[in-house]
Amino acid sequence: MNTVSNADDPQGTRRDFIYYATGGAGAVVTGAAVWPLVDQMNPSADVLALASIRVDISTISTGSQMTVLWQGKPVFIRRRTEEEIARARSLDGDVESLPDPMARNENLGTEAAALDENRTLDESGEWLVQMGVCTHLGCVPLGNNAGDFEGWFCPCHGSHYDASGRIRQGPAPRNLPIPVASFVDDVTIQLG
Amino acid sequence: MSGIPHDHYEPKSGGAKWLEGRLPIIGLLHDTLTIPTPKNLNWMWIWGIVLTFCLVLQIATGVVLVMHYTPHVDMAFSSVEHIMRDVNAGHMIRYFHMNGASLFFVAVYLHIFRSLYYGSYKAPREVTWIIGMLIYLLMMGTAFMGYVLPWGQMSFHGTAVITGLFGAIPFVGEAIQTWLLGASSVGQPALNRFFSLHYLLPFIMAGLVIVHIWAFHSTGNNNPTGVEVRRTSKAEAEKDTLPFWPYFVIKDLFALAIILAVFVAVVGFMPNYLGHPDNYVEANPLVTPSHIVPEWYFLPFYAILRSFTADVWVVMFAEWISFGIIDAKFFGVLAMFGAIVVMALAPWLDTSSVRSGRYRPMFKWWFALLVVDFIVLMWAGAMPAEGIYPIIALIGSAYWFAYFLIILPLLGVIEKPETPPATIEEDFNAHYGSEDASGSPAATPAE
Repeated sequence: MNTVSNADDPQGTRRDFIYYATGGAGAVVTGAAVWPLVDQMNPSADVLALASIRVDISTISTGSQMTVLWQGKPVFIRRRTEEEIARARSLDGDVESLPDPMARNENLGTEAAALDENRTLDESGEWLVQMGVCTHLGCVPLGNNAGDFEGWFCPCHGSHYDASGRIRQGPAPRNLPIPVASFVDDVTIQLG
Repeated sequence: MSGIPHDHYEPKSGGAKWLEGRLPIIGLLHDTLTIPTPKNLNWMWIWGIVLTFCLVLQIATGVVLVMHYTPHVDMAFSSVEHIMRDVNAGHMIRYFHMNGASLFFVAVYLHIFRSLYYGSYKAPREVTWIIGMLIYLLMMGTAFMGYVLPWGQMSFHGTAVITGLFGAIPFVGEAIQTWLLGASSVGQPALNRFFSLHYLLPFIMAGLVIVHIWAFHSTGNNNPTGVEVRRTSKAEAEKDTLPFWPYFVIKDLFALAIILAVFVAVVGFMPNYLGHPDNYVEANPLVTPSHIVPEWYFLPFYAILRSFTADVWVVMFAEWISFGIIDAKFFGVLAMFGAIVVMALAPWLDTSSVRSGRYRPMFKWWFALLVVDFIVLMWAGAMPAEGIYPIIALIGSAYWFAYFLIILPLLGVIEKPETPPATIEEDFNAHYGSEDASGSPAATPAE
């Protein structure tokens, strides 16, 4: 009774102030104590440090692909045949009709259209480097012209990607992302 | 504590009086065990005991397994093989733990569907129901994280898929996924924390189980008639009830013995029947198994997750009305969690004045269809996402939501329920004959 706010009693206002101050301090301290417990679950320094790797591609022959593990995720490095390049580029006039019309290439801006040349590492379109992680729920798609569009096919929930790694059919919302990658020399690619 | 009037514990010996004056723990246990229980409970009321047994079994076997398990990506798989081959009785303990999870879910689904049929979720037992739903959610989380620990192919890629669900949340999804995994992909940080949480959550479940029991001991058990125990006097309450100990304890233990006979047969003769061979292949991030399926107890909700693809009109409508924020992927996630949310809201969606489905002629059929629907969804969830299966899953998902959101509210208005018996005693006597009618106690056994 006598501890609640009472306008007639100046002691009451002082008491109120102490309640609010204590409550506020308690909230701040609780927050400060809980935050490290939440933040410790974010990636640790050593996980973040594994940023870039170099891959020797001299052993990849035309029409085959190599899968490397980068930051815990598979990366597909494919050396495409003339036929695959032609098939991937035949669609270039029509990218707006694709489920995902964006290139999803981290080496280019976010506005780049899903043209095949915006997704390959070299201008001739021989080298396609992309994350091997289905954009639906993260399974590893099967390669070597798998699926209805002769590119990649995700066995988990049936997403079909074409020879350029673009989503064509199925539940996946986006094209396979292209990671930051570049040629160090003729036979070495750096990821990250 | 309010509730059904009954005798309370009176300490008799000097020692009991001494303790009871300081900590009334014997009284608490005595009153809990002798709680007046409706005497017409049928065999669907045994699953609580089975569930309690499962929780104890899982904690006991789990604590022992941890003594031999190593939560490291390079050693987890071989430490499980070490349990299977080298540890004394290790294979048996692990098989009990593995199949114990399945028994746990068999029992919880029967327990939930019993509540749905007999209206156990309705007032005044909503809190019991909500706590039960929380326990069920924790069960699913615990089972999922436990499945990751052997670090097989299904463990690894199943984790990628399930944590990918959180990645589907607009704007913050990727940050949440990274936070959950402790890296951009499934790896050592994820394995370590799942191990920690898999050990922790069962104890939180145990705490919630006590609250669950406390809640329905306050309201009294529901029963097949849905009629409340008369509680104006102790004499009247005793006509409707029998004490839990010894009557229902014996009944429940008998049922448990039969269930355990089947369970032990499964553990002994077909311990891997409910598992996937792929999980005996060590996790390899570069190769996804050709067909990823969750454990059987997740299949109905997995089917709901997969059924809402971009070509379904509700999904297209949701995408249009949310300006593209809710895409097919996020819609599927919302539908999966929503399927459990609508079930949790059943107490407020069911408008019928009659509690038990036994006296609801229309409800009975819709409920039977819900049970069939659940089984069909489970089957569809195990099938590959192609051909006719997505359509079956979509119809099944639609019925699941329609049952809770349309049929339950509507039935209360259009259905004309039958009149339940006035008392539990009346229902009991209708089944087993009246003690008073024969003049002598009917309980006297024949010569």
